[in-house]
Amino acid sequence: MEVINEMKMTVDPRSVNEGFCRVAVAAFASQLDPTVEEISDLKTAVSEAVTNCIVHAYKVKKGKIYITAALTADNFVIVKVRDRGVGIADVKKAREPLFTTGGEDRSGLGFSVMECFSDKLRVSSKEGKGTVVTIYKKIQGKCFHEP
Amino acid sequence: MQILYKSEKDVLTVYLGGDIDHHTSREIRESIDGEIYKLMPKTLRLDFRDVHFMDSSGVGLVMGRYKTALVYGCRVTVANMPPNVKRIMQMSGLNKIITFEKD
Repeated sequence: MEVINEMKMTVDPRSVNEGFCRVAVAAFASQLDPTVEEISDLKTAVSEAVTNCIVHAYKVKKGKIYITAALTADNFVIVKVRDRGVGIADVKKAREPLFTTGGEDRSGLGFSVMECFSDKLRVSSKEGKGTVVTIYKKIQGKCFHEP
Repeated sequence: MQILYKSEKDVLTVYLGGDIDHHTSREIRESIDGEIYKLMPKTLRLDFRDVHFMDSSGVGLVMGRYKTALVYGCRVTVANMPPNVKRIMQMSGLNKIITFEKD
């Protein structure tokens, strides 16, 4: 996948930044001329990933959230959300719908929503080291008129 | 983020607006729970017509209010969900325990 444009940002794990992160990634991806639905899906997936960093990764540990977004020649947005937090002991279990360690009012749907609203999702994690979530979203967009 | 209330007979309607995420859901939760406690309605109606964005935190919010309301013998219904909100709600299976009003 040939990357044609890339951006990086680093934010503090404060919940007020959730809105900023999803809107910033969506604004960057808008170069690919996405539909309203595609942008909405991307925002939702990014929001889930960033929320996980705040609710889980940095619940007791301090650190930053590192986000990169890359646009590829074949119209993919690839968003990496990385933290150096507590990590996930069992990634397979964490990805199961309704599984949560988040306590009251957490639905346990974060990874399910990310999977459902993207084309591919990769999660790699090491306990005590941190987690990387990679979201792949294909933008079909409104461009049906290409030669 | 917007929270407006309308109380009619035994029905408390909450008009939600803006973004519902982990950040805003805390304030929404505290506000709604306070209002339930104050008014003791028979039905809590959550109206999503002005919600522009919602992630799984919104599902948690509705699920939590369902549990709170149950304690007071109050039922919960949801109404006027935009397509993106509806999609995530249906994914969660909440429609099995909570009434989704017809559009």
